[in-house]
Amino acid sequence: MITSSSSRPTQVLGWLSAVSLALTAVMALVISPPDVNMGDSVRLLYLHVPTAWLAMYVSFGVTTLASVLYLWKRTRSRFWDLAAGASAEIGVLFLGLTLLIGAIWGRITWGVWWTWDARLTTTAVLFVLYLGYLAVRKVPASPEVQSRRAAIVAIAAFLDVPIVHFAVEWWRTLHQDATFLSDRRLLDPQIGGTMAWTLFLGVVAFTLLYCWLMAHRFRLAWLEDRLADRAMQIAIDERRAEAGVGTGGAGTAGVGTGVAAP
Amino acid sequence: MWRDAALVAGKDLRIEARSRVGVNQVVPFALLVLIVFAFALDSDRNTLVAAGPGLFWVTVLFSGLLAIQRSFVIESDDDARDALRLSGLDGAGIFLGKAGAVAAQLALLEAVLTLGVIVLYGVQLQGPVMLLLTCVAATIGLAAAGTVYGIIAAGLRVRDTLLPLLVLPVLAPVLLAAARACEAALAGTPAEGWPWVRLLFVFATIYVTFGVVAFGPLLEEA
Repeated sequence: MITSSSSRPTQVLGWLSAVSLALTAVMALVISPPDVNMGDSVRLLYLHVPTAWLAMYVSFGVTTLASVLYLWKRTRSRFWDLAAGASAEIGVLFLGLTLLIGAIWGRITWGVWWTWDARLTTTAVLFVLYLGYLAVRKVPASPEVQSRRAAIVAIAAFLDVPIVHFAVEWWRTLHQDATFLSDRRLLDPQIGGTMAWTLFLGVVAFTLLYCWLMAHRFRLAWLEDRLADRAMQIAIDERRAEAGVGTGGAGTAGVGTGVAAP
Repeated sequence: MWRDAALVAGKDLRIEARSRVGVNQVVPFALLVLIVFAFALDSDRNTLVAAGPGLFWVTVLFSGLLAIQRSFVIESDDDARDALRLSGLDGAGIFLGKAGAVAAQLALLEAVLTLGVIVLYGVQLQGPVMLLLTCVAATIGLAAAGTVYGIIAAGLRVRDTLLPLLVLPVLAPVLLAAARACEAALAGTPAEGWPWVRLLFVFATIYVTFGVVAFGPLLEEA
């Protein structure tokens, strides 16, 4: 039985992600050149894109996949439910970071913290949807009910994402054109050389970070789950042990509890 | 399935008609929201006319939340949900029935609110076909998605706060599409509105399908 969320492979993974993150930081802050148009603020790109990638594609992808696997009878196991929850937590955290970094960057390049363009709106809705998912996971019920309910909410949320995406995409093309330009230009593969490599390294580093966080968060959830299962057994064992002491001298045990009670 | 749906919808609507909560509280609440918006926007006629479709759908959304909550409150009284589960009715039928009853109430609400928008905001109706189709698609979508999430939140101690948190982001595309379609219709530029109406129908289809498939298992454990 595992008693810690750490193990040799996760330690290696942790070091790998730490080293790659440090490398990304050096590449992003020192080696890569400032952008022609945006100057040094372009360096936020190396955080913004990898966190978004980690949250939206990796984390929520894993959550959705794990929820489907949980609902499918042949692969139903507690494992998938815990994996979905752990992944969603990491996803919400990094999506929050994405929004925060995006807002700072927007303030610098566009002059506003927030603008209602397609990508921002979809991301905000996604963020709230998964906050709701996490809230559902916390609602008390029997474990099986809780897991199945959460899995259905995850899938229903996932269904909504493409619809929201199309909706705001059209909304933009119908109403506003100008504000979105700078974002589009960035995400087109018009960047090259050092900048592209830094971005690539950033994505790799954050993917490693995700794997590391996920391993720890999942094991923690697994241990909590075990603990909840074992709590009753432990309590029974303790009672039995006390009773075992009690059979030696019923009088002393009685005095013991009598003293402890007040 | 259809017979079950009609039975459940009939039951829900009869309960609503007899309790009069919808007429005495939800409809006045909706009108009140319209008036509060007018206060907030400084009762400037032009602003109100321009923002009319958006305010209309926000009001429908908020009042619709009440209707959805009511729809599951009546199931939690006297353990009616257990009776429903034991009744042997088809899960898909129960979903269609409950969503249908919510849709009927929303349609009524929309009719009253349309009058409200005309009288209070001075909006001129144009493009009736598109307005009607928008209302039909948006109502089905709201009712279907709301019912799916309603059953998830039903029977929970925290349902009054959990339901809006879950359902409002999900309904965001409906709000957006319905408001834009109505704007296009009222502005006399229907060509801009049709993509939105299509989106509303896509949304309604997806959530009706999802509800038909998922409602049985959800009801089992609610």
